[in-house]
Amino acid sequence: METTRKKFNWRRFLIAALVLYIVLLIGPIVGLDIPVIYAAVKANPLQLVQFLIIGISNGAIIAIIALGYTMVYGIIELINFAHGDVYMIGVFTSLTVLSVTGTLESKDPVRIVFGLILALIVAVVFCAILNATIERLAYRRLRNAPRLAPLISAIGMSFIIENIGLMWAAQAWLVPSFGTTGGASQKVFPDMLGILFTSMGWNVNLLASSGIALRLTIKDVLVIVLAVILMTALYLFVQRTRLGKAMRATAQNRDAAKMLGIDIDWVITATFLIGGGLAGAAGLMAGLYNNTAWWFMGFRAGLQSFTAAVLGGIGNIAGGMLGGFLIGLLASFSDGYLNARWTNALVFATLVLILLFRPTGLLGEQTGQKA
Amino acid sequence: MNKRLFALLSVLVLASLMLAACGGGAAPAAATALKIVSSLPMTGSSLTQTQTIVNAMQLRLEQVKNSACGGKYVIEYEAWDDASAALGKWDPAVETENANKAAADKAIIAYLGTFNSGAAKLSIPILNASGPLTMISPANTNPGLTKADKDLPGVTDSYYPTKVRSYSRVVAADDIQGKVAANFVKSLGAKTVYILDDQELYGKGVADVFEATAKEIGMTVVGHEGIDPKAADYKALMTKISTSNGGKAPDAIYVGMVVDNNASQLLKDKVAIMGDNETVKYVGPDGIQTQAFIDGAGDVSAGVYASVAGVALDKLPPAGLQFVKDYEAKYGKLTEPYAVYGYETMNIALKAIEDVCAAGGNPTDRAAINSAVFAIKDFGGALGTWSFDANGDTTLTDMTFYQVKDGAYVPVGTFK
Repeated sequence: METTRKKFNWRRFLIAALVLYIVLLIGPIVGLDIPVIYAAVKANPLQLVQFLIIGISNGAIIAIIALGYTMVYGIIELINFAHGDVYMIGVFTSLTVLSVTGTLESKDPVRIVFGLILALIVAVVFCAILNATIERLAYRRLRNAPRLAPLISAIGMSFIIENIGLMWAAQAWLVPSFGTTGGASQKVFPDMLGILFTSMGWNVNLLASSGIALRLTIKDVLVIVLAVILMTALYLFVQRTRLGKAMRATAQNRDAAKMLGIDIDWVITATFLIGGGLAGAAGLMAGLYNNTAWWFMGFRAGLQSFTAAVLGGIGNIAGGMLGGFLIGLLASFSDGYLNARWTNALVFATLVLILLFRPTGLLGEQTGQKA
Repeated sequence: MNKRLFALLSVLVLASLMLAACGGGAAPAAATALKIVSSLPMTGSSLTQTQTIVNAMQLRLEQVKNSACGGKYVIEYEAWDDASAALGKWDPAVETENANKAAADKAIIAYLGTFNSGAAKLSIPILNASGPLTMISPANTNPGLTKADKDLPGVTDSYYPTKVRSYSRVVAADDIQGKVAANFVKSLGAKTVYILDDQELYGKGVADVFEATAKEIGMTVVGHEGIDPKAADYKALMTKISTSNGGKAPDAIYVGMVVDNNASQLLKDKVAIMGDNETVKYVGPDGIQTQAFIDGAGDVSAGVYASVAGVALDKLPPAGLQFVKDYEAKYGKLTEPYAVYGYETMNIALKAIEDVCAAGGNPTDRAAINSAVFAIKDFGGALGTWSFDANGDTTLTDMTFYQVKDGAYVPVGTFK
């Protein structure tokens, strides 16, 4: 017993030493120059906080999208590649609602707030229905097919939705600011929060009057607050409600859940509805935060959120949240203290490292006990 | 033989015989077809630019009624897309496939493209080894495609396995663009500059030339970084840049990139963190000189500068002005700068065909067409009177700067 444990540690130690060696070897190329970073932090410690704020805000959006991946994986063990694109549709839906209701041109605070709330509701409902429709059309028939079939089907759905976004972005009669340059280019998502705050006579930067050289904008606050509310609500829903319990049961063992009288189809549809709704909300948040609507934005967001879900332990809701925040922070600190060129490499290298030492992700997989 | 199969076969044979007969009757003159194809990214933000290039090429063909050498040849044109929806911009796999497809189709005698220098790097060797099939680009500006870089010996030569040059371009390269841009930024009063690029052959290439020149003429380069072209935002990066110049923001930011690589988002975050483009100047190359960039960035684009080779549309020579007039009559208002270059590439291809015919040669011979392209001297085209040098580069070196005013690029000056 004693020797086998020793052997195991020895192997792990070797891998760790190898990783450390590689990090030390290529670190300086990437910009991992500890004295330089230390000097940068020392010269401007407040900037560290600034990067923290940016990282958390970005991470919050990633985390919300990641929840959609992780919930679906938890329940039917499918990576829903179209999920990132549902989020993109969320951006366009909310932008269209804001445009059609005349909120974009308005300077009236009441109207803007009303328009934003309406946009949130419409985006959530629309994306929820869209996501559930995708499940009904493309995944349900393949539920008992080999795993690869629904995966390919998901990639196909992703392309279809991307192309819908491409067409949507060309409809200048819906949103005049789309212009005449076609659907392919990036579109402006007006800074409604900035307009709202300026119209109230407040500064967009909440710390402007405090004398602290930091930018904590209303955008950051809204994104973080909304994310925390949504995550708490989801957690409570899954843990405390009947449907949540049914979802957990289905995730654990679909056949046993069926025997207990749980309507599996409805539970899965509900999972897709909730995931899609979250993506819709994330769409509005990202639009307000980054001020861009782009048919292609779902792809990268999807990739990052999927990474976040795997990082935290796929199928694990708390893990998805943690993974999202971690990736946001990593990217922000890498942009800030290393070279932006390497940010992506760093994020995915971290994923590889974590999977190497903890194959089930940080908080462990939760896809039931059958696996 | 199975009865049904036999019946089916006989119907097919009869049908094909009839079709063949009809085909013969419809084209009594039997002009030989010469095929010209273009390979440009038509899925993604660059479409705004590439669509005008394709329109201009078609316009030129219509002007000669798709025929050459006094009606002996019919010219067919196909606009190929080298972008994919999966990438949202030019795709290496698609461009390679296009080049191979063109190489295999013997009717094709000219390959017009590409738009992105990185794409050209892939197709030049393929086309060079198949004829060579001449390739004329309306938009590639990376210097290394034609001119050997002393830091990278042998790279340019490696694009031409047959040792015969087969690639030319009607636009001035970035050794000129980057240099002029650095001088321009200095003339705006900037002493310090931060450089960003999209990590592509074109974007990094022009940014590197800019950096070298900026150092030469006494500007301080605070930093040079490559960005992730698909990131959701660049707020952290811009926060870092905002204090990179001894606690302050640099005087100017130069971005070497094309619009597909998230150019609008980068600008939005720059303005959000560092203020408008008067406070910290924002300058880029021709890759962001398109309405798509302004549409994507909105009001924050006011004051952005971008350079494009050549002169402003209203300063073109008479032939160029006539082109703009004809273009606008057919396709509506022209603001994109590359249409006239597209027109000129088609112009060159047609001129080469006519020259080969005039010399008694055979225009279906790819090598003959290629030599004719490189032989072009003092050509009076839409861009002015110009020649190709031995490398396939144009002798025109004008560079015009544009600034965004009221949601559109307006020319502010032309430099050499």
